[in-house]
Amino acid sequence: MKYVSEYRDPQKLKGVLQEINRLAATLTLRQDRSIKLMEICGGHTHAIFKYGLEDLLPSAIEMIHGPGCPVCIMPKGRLDDAITLAEHPDVIFTTFGDAMRVPGSNYSLLQAKARGADIRMVYSPLDALKIARDQPDRQVVFFAIGFETTAPSTALTVLQAEAEGMTNFSLFCNHVLVVPALEALLSNPDLQLDGFIGPGHVSMVIGTDPYRVIAERYHKPLVVSGFEPLDLLQSIWMVLQQLAEGRCAVENQYGRFVQPTGNVVGLDAMRRVFQVRSTFEWRGLGDIPQSGLQMRSAYAQFDAEVKFNLPHRQVADHKACACGEILKGVKKPWECKVFGTGCTPEHPIGACMVSSEGACAAYYKYGRLSSRVTQPAGEVKHSFNGSGISV
Amino acid sequence: MNAMNAMENQSNGGRSGSAPRLRDPEITLAHGSGGKAMRNLIEDVFVGHFANPSLTPLEDQARFDLADLMQWGDRLAFTTDSYVIDPLFFPGGSIGSLAINGTVNDLAVSGATPLYLTCSVILEEGLPVETLRQVVQAMKVAANIAGVQIVTGDTKVVPRGAADKLFINTAGIGVMRRGVSPAASQLQPGDVVLVNGTLGDHGATILLARGELDLSTTVQSDCQSLNGLVNAILDICPQVRAMRDATRGGLATVLNEFATSSQVGIRIQEESLPIQTEVEGICELLGLDPLYLANEGKLVVIVPGADADRVLAAMQKHPVGHNSRVIGEVMESPRGTVLLKTTFGTERVVDLLVGDQLPRIC
Repeated sequence: MKYVSEYRDPQKLKGVLQEINRLAATLTLRQDRSIKLMEICGGHTHAIFKYGLEDLLPSAIEMIHGPGCPVCIMPKGRLDDAITLAEHPDVIFTTFGDAMRVPGSNYSLLQAKARGADIRMVYSPLDALKIARDQPDRQVVFFAIGFETTAPSTALTVLQAEAEGMTNFSLFCNHVLVVPALEALLSNPDLQLDGFIGPGHVSMVIGTDPYRVIAERYHKPLVVSGFEPLDLLQSIWMVLQQLAEGRCAVENQYGRFVQPTGNVVGLDAMRRVFQVRSTFEWRGLGDIPQSGLQMRSAYAQFDAEVKFNLPHRQVADHKACACGEILKGVKKPWECKVFGTGCTPEHPIGACMVSSEGACAAYYKYGRLSSRVTQPAGEVKHSFNGSGISV
Repeated sequence: MNAMNAMENQSNGGRSGSAPRLRDPEITLAHGSGGKAMRNLIEDVFVGHFANPSLTPLEDQARFDLADLMQWGDRLAFTTDSYVIDPLFFPGGSIGSLAINGTVNDLAVSGATPLYLTCSVILEEGLPVETLRQVVQAMKVAANIAGVQIVTGDTKVVPRGAADKLFINTAGIGVMRRGVSPAASQLQPGDVVLVNGTLGDHGATILLARGELDLSTTVQSDCQSLNGLVNAILDICPQVRAMRDATRGGLATVLNEFATSSQVGIRIQEESLPIQTEVEGICELLGLDPLYLANEGKLVVIVPGADADRVLAAMQKHPVGHNSRVIGEVMESPRGTVLLKTTFGTERVVDLLVGDQLPRIC
């Protein structure tokens, strides 16, 4: 497939791997622990597992799967709000598909739909706007989730709704921001991280400049990466090279799509419609200042949080769940007590098991026979056998 | 069951020149009432297409002569399936062709020769009669190709909103060849996995045919009957271990059922998987995995390693098997698990999905 197969060429891959091995060997002579790199984006986590890239990397390199799955980090309280909206008799609630199965404190949107809520899966906020146009006597609410990747299209949809003078369309805005989340992670004293693989799609919108704080204030290298296997390995190699040379910079491996200044039109639409929230709760990570977006008061007529009465309850994460530690890279999924037993993709307890992009779901789905999982502790193997598989 | 058979009796097994022509443009509740309107509907739309002179018209049921059945084999296979697809028509097929091929294939993969099908329809009030005619015509064509007869049926009409346009149930009877008993529990290490062509075509087609995504492609559903291909395989390899048509849940789901049922491992090779470039592109775009996309004419066959070459050659000679390939092998371990060997030489687990595949948002 054009523009894809080039980035899956096994021969080129071998060359990059040799370089990675060489650099990893040099670097491990300098420090007594493994090199820990975090990929921030859920799409990267998914790709790493789908292509089995962890098994190709030398054991000295450990990938930590960061908080970049917007579905996973949605706190239960916000989901309860979403379900409340969906169950409102006047409302048609529209959402991206992967939010459907995420459990709130009582049940999920999928279950709410079965109980009679009018919930419709859409592929774009413009689809939601179309439903609103077609059904002027119903209130259509779009469940806006996602990082900066999806925020511009939501903002543009609001501007379109305003231009059309629509009165039956609104957003339940849950957009979150990447850089404040990284800063929150980096401020944690437990965290051991050597560098970052930066998100590709988010960076198409925000560019590479906003990451400079990571290199300049926290002294960590960051390489913005594409999603193909070769993209990821090349980005890992670029981070290692910075480490080997003692540099910390923001570099761009995904130059074919990502500009340093990002997508000016998209950013402009975001600024017009949204403002930064003073704080936003992240599932597994807690409140992070300035990490979410809300609608400006000028657009209050499109803000579901203004239009409807929502419970806004904070619901604590399950006690046994180690998602917070996993997202910070302090624990591996299989080190969580409930992983694969109490917490499975069928019945997720924590954020990381919820979406296929979450670290726990990815390990459960693709990685359960990985040598990295089966090596560390004998007892781990037992807790892994949620589906009756003997390893 | 009685309605259509009753009509068959009166129409004397074929469409006579004087059969009443249904004039109503839409289905109304009257068409399900048991009265004249229903009789007209059945006689004009169903009996006209399906009536089968070789079958003596009988009472409220089709009747079979056991001696006739036994010329095909020594055991009966019996199956049923309901079809509720939206949209009713899609590139490469319709709910009608699906309702025939799906049930034919469920029989064929047991090693049975599919012979007789039922046809029950649930119609939503307001359905254009012309739509129903087109669906029934598609059923007739598919039944002819597969060599099966529709011998009895039923019609119900429900108020608008109580069903989505048109639902079909078909049940089918086939006779199993002597000495042939493929089963999911019979896989052994050293067996080989074959498939008769590209994966995920139907699933990708339906996704696009719903029109929610503004994409245009040339992908078509692979909706087709597999009984001819199964015959060709059984002729040279009656010791086939297992066969399945990989419908909902795709190849991944079928292989997981095999691996669990036989308590073996199955390893498939990514580079051997036949997937159309366009289907791969759609999957990349939406974050879906073609291994889980539905097919409606794809046979997954497990045969002993020693028979693999002969079976592959026979499959490739058959019209619905030109693109057949060996895609994997059966191993002792890890038991109950399907593994995919990627083009880079890494391996990952191919697990069962929890529910439908949901497009990822980023």
